[in-house]
Amino acid sequence: MATTHHEVLGSAIDAPQSGSLDVYKIREDFPILKQKVNGKPLVYLDNAATSQKPQAVLDALKHYYTVDNSNVHRGVHELSQRATKAYEDVRAKVQHFLNARESREIIYVRGTTEAINLVAMTYGRKNIGAGDEIIITAMEHHSNIVPWQLLCEEKGAVLRVAPINDSGELLLDEFKNLLNPQTKFVAVAHVSNALGTVNPVRQIVELAHRSNFPVLIDGAQAAPHIKIDVQALDCDFYTLSSHKIFGPTGVGVLYGKAALLEAMPPYQGGGDMISSVTFEKTLYNVIPYKFEAGTPNIAGVIGLGAGIDYVNRVGLENIAAYEHELLAYATEQLTKIPGLRIIGTAKEKAAVLSFVLEGVHPHDAGTILDQEGIAVRTGHHCAQPVMNRFGIPATTRASLAFYNTKEEVDALVKGIKKVQEIFA
Amino acid sequence: MSDLHGLYQEVILDHNKKPHNFRAMAEANRRAEGFNRLCGDKVTIFLKMDGEQISDISFQGSGCAISTASASILTDAVKGKTRAEAESLFQTFHNLVTGHGGNGKNQQPAGLGKLAVFSGVSEYPARVKCASLAWHTLHNALQGNQELVSTEIEEQVPGEIR
Repeated sequence: MATTHHEVLGSAIDAPQSGSLDVYKIREDFPILKQKVNGKPLVYLDNAATSQKPQAVLDALKHYYTVDNSNVHRGVHELSQRATKAYEDVRAKVQHFLNARESREIIYVRGTTEAINLVAMTYGRKNIGAGDEIIITAMEHHSNIVPWQLLCEEKGAVLRVAPINDSGELLLDEFKNLLNPQTKFVAVAHVSNALGTVNPVRQIVELAHRSNFPVLIDGAQAAPHIKIDVQALDCDFYTLSSHKIFGPTGVGVLYGKAALLEAMPPYQGGGDMISSVTFEKTLYNVIPYKFEAGTPNIAGVIGLGAGIDYVNRVGLENIAAYEHELLAYATEQLTKIPGLRIIGTAKEKAAVLSFVLEGVHPHDAGTILDQEGIAVRTGHHCAQPVMNRFGIPATTRASLAFYNTKEEVDALVKGIKKVQEIFA
Repeated sequence: MSDLHGLYQEVILDHNKKPHNFRAMAEANRRAEGFNRLCGDKVTIFLKMDGEQISDISFQGSGCAISTASASILTDAVKGKTRAEAESLFQTFHNLVTGHGGNGKNQQPAGLGKLAVFSGVSEYPARVKCASLAWHTLHNALQGNQELVSTEIEEQVPGEIR
């Protein structure tokens, strides 16, 4: 079984390629992409919502449940030891993937949303008080807004929002102007899910650290596209979601600097997060276990590990280069369509194309594109303040992954023209 | 799945472009607001009730073609009707768009008139809430219920994703 698993892992991509990516070969690794939807070949352009899973991830999940399923950190028996080893091996994988200093800085959570809530409810509750200020940006996803609003409400703290320009870029000078002695925390998206903007996170961290307060980077949309180095960024917290990086849903990662994590109170109480319990006093476990109460999503973690292995095999540099080219092509093609306006035209951008069509509501566009087998996201993308900033209720969003092709971009363009014909 | 023209019929596209009774009504004695959290569609229904009779109706808001056309055709359909007649029409309409109407497939319930153009909606479960938003809002206005209508709840559509 284990042998089969490794054979599949290595099937389509025999060795890391340098500077190139064979998209047609890669597509062979994603069984879901082979289907037809509404009689047309599926064109999956909703990768910012969730990515598809390569066979290697599906095999890892099957292997775990077929061969190794057991609880972790509990049994002395063989299966428990195998499950524990597989689960902890992924921690080291994530550590290297993010270039964290130590594997104990990697905490498993349900996803980016829980990672941000964890920081708000532990670091935030302990260190942020009445009159203190938290800075976010105008392009944040609701998951990087609401946890901070809850904290502010509880503590009487104030949420400050750094504005963006008409291209969807953060106004760094305005951000600087918000910094003051009351500022206690900054939380910012690495890549905007609604606009694709890549934020200057290194500069943001530098500015924050000059005044000695920590920075959380929401990396949900960045991790599948950009090589992350948390030591080079020097950020204090970094978050990612497994399902956006070709792994299963229901699992994610919070990276935190060890010293900060150690000083933080626990998030949830339960098994595994303790070192001893009496009714008088409970001693907490060391990090990362202090933050991992209860039986975790073991299969999900193992699947995440397989997803990271897959990305490493393709190579994030190859992925970034290919997606950059695909984005340039898609932008060029979409820009040619009369009545189409791209929302989010930052210079530094990930492969996200949000757009509006004159006289057509995105919801109608989404239904018509779906009839053509094209999956896009329509709506506010959990970023209502971004929509308000641009004075629109919603957009249609095509978000690309490294398994998408120029032919699929052409299909999107054709689909958009059909939408326009119907609404002409 | 069905041909797109089953959903985007000419009548729907026309009402989307030029919605009827699209205005605020100063002399309204009932109003209700509806909101679709998933897509951001908003509708406000204004009613002028003369006893049990809807003597005038108008709407405002923004939304997709299906929700705009539905609101527009609704205003034409219920103007002059009694409250009971309007509620009964809502039920018939709801059955139509959820595919619960008639005795068999392709058989439409009687008395729909122009509303029959929405028969294609039942083939698109994700769009049922668009077609029914204005009707749920009308229902609330008729009930004198000031609470915001959300078709997310009414149609049991789950929440949001990134």
